[in-house]
Amino acid sequence: MTTAPAPMPHFNPRSVGRVTLRWVGIAGLLAFLVAPMVPLFIWSISFRWFYPDILPSEYSSRAWEQVISPTNNVLGSTWQTTLIALLVTVLSVLFGVPAGRALGLHNFRGKRIVEIMILAPIIVPGLAVVLGIDTMFIRYGLSGNIIGVSLVHLVPTLPYMTLVMSGVYANYDVDYELQARSLGAGRWATQRYVTLPAVFPGVVVGALFTFLISWSQYVLTLLIGDGQVQTLPILLFNFARSEPAIAGALSVVFILPGILVLLLSSKYLSGDSAAVGGIGNI
Amino acid sequence: MKMRLTEKGAQRLSISFLLAPALAVIILLFLGGLITGLLRSLNYFPLIGLNDFNFEAYVAIFTDNGFIQSLVLTFHIAFTSTLISCILAVAAALLLRPAFRGKRIVHFFFSLNLTIPHLVGAIGVLYLFQNSGLVSRIMTGLDLISKPADFPAMVFDPWAIGIIIQYVWKEIPFIGVIVLAILLSVGEDYESVARSLGANRWQAFRQVTLPLIMPGVVSASVIVFAFTFGAFEIPYLLGRTFPAALPVLAYQSYTDVDLAARPQAMAMAMVIAFISTLLIMAYMKLSRVYIRE
Repeated sequence: MTTAPAPMPHFNPRSVGRVTLRWVGIAGLLAFLVAPMVPLFIWSISFRWFYPDILPSEYSSRAWEQVISPTNNVLGSTWQTTLIALLVTVLSVLFGVPAGRALGLHNFRGKRIVEIMILAPIIVPGLAVVLGIDTMFIRYGLSGNIIGVSLVHLVPTLPYMTLVMSGVYANYDVDYELQARSLGAGRWATQRYVTLPAVFPGVVVGALFTFLISWSQYVLTLLIGDGQVQTLPILLFNFARSEPAIAGALSVVFILPGILVLLLSSKYLSGDSAAVGGIGNI
Repeated sequence: MKMRLTEKGAQRLSISFLLAPALAVIILLFLGGLITGLLRSLNYFPLIGLNDFNFEAYVAIFTDNGFIQSLVLTFHIAFTSTLISCILAVAAALLLRPAFRGKRIVHFFFSLNLTIPHLVGAIGVLYLFQNSGLVSRIMTGLDLISKPADFPAMVFDPWAIGIIIQYVWKEIPFIGVIVLAILLSVGEDYESVARSLGANRWQAFRQVTLPLIMPGVVSASVIVFAFTFGAFEIPYLLGRTFPAALPVLAYQSYTDVDLAARPQAMAMAMVIAFISTLLIMAYMKLSRVYIRE
């Protein structure tokens, strides 16, 4: 029987070949992932870009000027999208953190049903729900304004926030609270100085992604906004077929918060955290 | 004994308080929307003069060839996208697992897509793969084709290629990040043992690594399948108008000027919801990872 020599990665030609292969694979993967962003960016700075030119024959800042000019309503739309996403995030945190605590820390009768009810809105497509809500919202004056749009955005975001917090609380040791209480801390002081610092990173990551889920909603806004609420995705869709330069510039604006969030939260974002589970909704 | 009972009662009360606001929102908006949709699909819609329950809308859509074609197309899109995404995501995760220089930055670019909205990806795919898109221009530059019409139809095409490319582009990082986390937490020890016991690379992967990552792959796949089955804006932008993906067809019927099409739109929404419900049940059975950990 021959025994193979111990692998020495730096001197073994086979493993050098494997390393090269790995880098080719990684390069191919990243190229595929970046590819759709390339034409968007080029369009945003192009002036004349006719077939079969691979690059524009003339460049211009026209699209970017239109994006920041007040006449095109992009700024207003960006503000409206932000306002809705902020409102949705605040409500999701207010409702989702307590619910996540209940699910993460306690066992109780009917927990399974509650879990299914929390999971269901994440998996059932928004369109199937919003067609039914639509007339109810029209009746109560919630159609065509940002209050209604924010409420309907809670359908995908609140379950997500609850799920994230349930994960956070499941890893949280409630004995710290009992110790603080036994040492004389009041309810409020315990929450403020013991619980909050422990769960805060989870709340922040959950809130950031909740913001993004709301920020990128299309069909819910389209139906409940009823043409009156023009968020960025609605505007972007309208320009996609007719004005590639403006759509390109808008796309760049549209993806910025996501990149920022990823930079801020990347150290909390391992795949086993619940935060990733809901990203299917962005 | 009495003390303990009241303590338990107090705890139950506090759990109810914690859950009440979130459940109220979900019951009102989510269940309310679904139940209203269900009633409408059964032809109960007093607002437009429909008062008696019947299954006409369901009979109408399931005997309509266009609906069946949409249903088949939607299954094709969801199944193909999920399968290709899974295979490539596992390959990508294996590629990114070992330590190498620049690993952090590569991982960052890998997860970048997680936060880029589907709509932006769809527009990017449109500008890449339409007849006069960037890929077609590059192929013309390489003298592979001579005019836009020579470029194979990849958007608004019968096989939904553009839609599938967009989903694969978006979901590789989603599944990949989940698989990569499992791989990194498990480590390479089990495979080393298998290899030293005489397994070749493929056997070590097939019989050791794959079973370890399978729960993550399956639960991520359910989310991806449900999303690609029910998403609206991507097929709306990149797909054909006939046959359209089911969510697009439901939207078209809903916004039809003919109010009689409303119950049918609702029936389609219910079909989408029903299939997703089956998926939730599968998901709950297959994995409780996200709730428990």
